Amino acid sequence: MDKQQILNIDFSELLAEFPFAADFFESQGMKIPQTSVKEFVKNLTDTELEDMGIDPSEFIHNFVTFIEAVGSMTEKTASIEKLTITGGINKKGEAENFELEINSGEIICIVGPTGSGKSRLLADIEWMAMGDTPTKRYIKINGKDPEKSWRFSPEHKPVAQLSQNMNFVMDLTAREFVRIHAESRFVQDIDNKVELIIEKANELAGEKFDGDTPVTSLSGGQSRALMIADTAFLSKSPIVLIDEIENAGIDRKKALQLLVGEEKIVLMSTHDPILALMGDKRLVIKNGGVAKIIATTDKERENLQELQELDKRLLDLRNRVRMGDMLETI
Amino acid sequence: MRFVTVSGPPSSGKTAVILKTVESLRQRGFKAGVVKFDCLYTDDDKLYEAKGIPVKKGLSGALCPDHYFVSNVSESFEWGKKQGIDILISESAGLCNRCSPHIKEILAVCVIDNLSGINTPKKIGPMLKSADVVVITKGDIVSQAEREVFASRVATVNPTASIMHVNGITGQGAFELSTLFADANTETDTLDGKSLRFSMPSALCSYCLGEKRIGSQYQMGNVRKMDVDNG
Ligand SMILES: Nc1nc2c(ncn2[C@@H]2O[C@H](COP(=O)(O)OP(=O)(O)OP(=O)(O)O)[C@@H](O)[C@H]2O)c(=O)[nH]1
Ligand SMILES: Nc1ncnc2c1ncn2[C@@H]1O[C@H](COP(=O)(O)OP(=O)(O)OP(=O)(O)O)[C@@H](O)[C@H]1O
Ligand SMILES: [Mg+2]
Ligand SMILES: [Mg+2]
Ligand SMILES: [Zn+2]
Ligand SMILES: [Zn+2]
Repeated sequence: MDKQQILNIDFSELLAEFPFAADFFESQGMKIPQTSVKEFVKNLTDTELEDMGIDPSEFIHNFVTFIEAVGSMTEKTASIEKLTITGGINKKGEAENFELEINSGEIICIVGPTGSGKSRLLADIEWMAMGDTPTKRYIKINGKDPEKSWRFSPEHKPVAQLSQNMNFVMDLTAREFVRIHAESRFVQDIDNKVELIIEKANELAGEKFDGDTPVTSLSGGQSRALMIADTAFLSKSPIVLIDEIENAGIDRKKALQLLVGEEKIVLMSTHDPILALMGDKRLVIKNGGVAKIIATTDKERENLQELQELDKRLLDLRNRVRMGDMLETI
Repeated sequence: MRFVTVSGPPSSGKTAVILKTVESLRQRGFKAGVVKFDCLYTDDDKLYEAKGIPVKKGLSGALCPDHYFVSNVSESFEWGKKQGIDILISESAGLCNRCSPHIKEILAVCVIDNLSGINTPKKIGPMLKSADVVVITKGDIVSQAEREVFASRVATVNPTASIMHVNGITGQGAFELSTLFADANTETDTLDGKSLRFSMPSALCSYCLGEKRIGSQYQMGNVRKMDVDNG
């Protein structure tokens, strides 16, 4: 449908094709048009125009943009097979001299001391840097420069960021929350998606929770599990950035498998040896620059099992402390 | 000189975002200054001064701060030019949710925070609806999903705006925002003759003119009545 059609056909017909069109009017605090949108705007009274809070021509422009943006969102996004990072300069201005290709399904860890620039590297990827950040790095997607407009369009950004913070301020149950999130992404088949996410989150969480639990009462681990499952199944973004997932009472291995299993590229900044070894490669950051790229060796991987056993022992001990046990024998 | 209007609800993070953005602008070689408009009281000028940013403050007192803004913006612009500023930023808190300082052909930014509740984007009005850039702050306090829900509500209210996430405390995202300030093609000599993006309601009812007594017989001019009989 082109712009003229969107404005000139009867609103009920428009709704049949774009059910979300009503959301726009609702969000502007306006009633749903009974005519075409063009007629509707033409017939608004002075008071209604005043309440609209925006110039009528801008209003129409916004409406068409909305229909087009959401329309393109419900289409499948082009898949991303390859992400390329081209080195820039570190904080001292020295060249990084590297080019890294990351393929879909790969996990890349970012390690380095506090303040070294891990978050900056994630930010470069999120911003799809084109030599225009302090690091002068370049990001390419499938070998090509990304579209600049993606930077400002939350829906088209191929990058989702899972952050440290798992707080909720909304007063909703887990199920309602995931539903609202799904609706905001104009996801289809919402009911099944919601149930799938609750189920998968429970597989990750140390303690199980019910979909009717208010999100504000979830434990740290449960919230994180919910957010990871949510990102895996709701987010269409093929690239997931994780800034420090650390110990949050969830099965980290399963969490990563869940994300990567959905054919995503995962980049995560971490200090955790288990997570670091789960990565295919790790980028060592010093002074704002990538100083080394280490491919995880088989020998390192052999240690992974031992690390996981260590981790499990600590977890058991933690549980025993919780239950009020003595730790005279461990 | 370039001019940028930054508006947003009280305490949404305007000052924090401007401070971080000015830092990035400096690194790019721009001299930035700020005019702060508020109603009764503000300490923001001290925060700007502490960072060595030229700042001018205006308090509107009994007037709507946005009305006061339009009446003084031209003079503020001239002040900025005299200071040798490259990019002048105005900060004003939208208090009545009806007035908006945004000017045609001048980069318009609205700052709104993740904690304000998912229905807030609907309530803010012209200040948000006609902005070119919407900056969402305090993303560090909520989860990824909540940030996305909030951003999507903003995008529904203003589908043409560029939406950016900026952390007012760490400055994450401020560099990216500064590119918009720096790239914006809004070099102007004067604001005289420019026009607001949306009209501001004028003082027209009896109460605007000082009436205190309650009751229909005292109400004149632009009076709107709510419908209490239906619904
Ligand atoms: N956690 C967090 N706090 C923030 C963020 N941005 C701003 N704040 C805090 O929010 C409070 C209000 O921020 P200000 O920048 O003063 O807000 P403002 O919009 O300028 O407020 P007024 O000028 O008084 O209307 C301050 O305590 C800031 O430190 C953010 O991204 N995250
Ligand atoms: N190559 C670079 N050139 C200039 N500045 C840089 C560069 N890399 C990083 N920085 C800056 O250094 C500061 C610290 O970086 P960052 O926050 O990314 O560190 P971090 O490794 O995430 O630290 P933490 O472990 O404490 O989270 C930031 O202000 C960032 O913008
Ligand atoms: Mg960091
Ligand atoms: Mg302020
Ligand atoms: Zn007002
Ligand atoms: Zn009045």
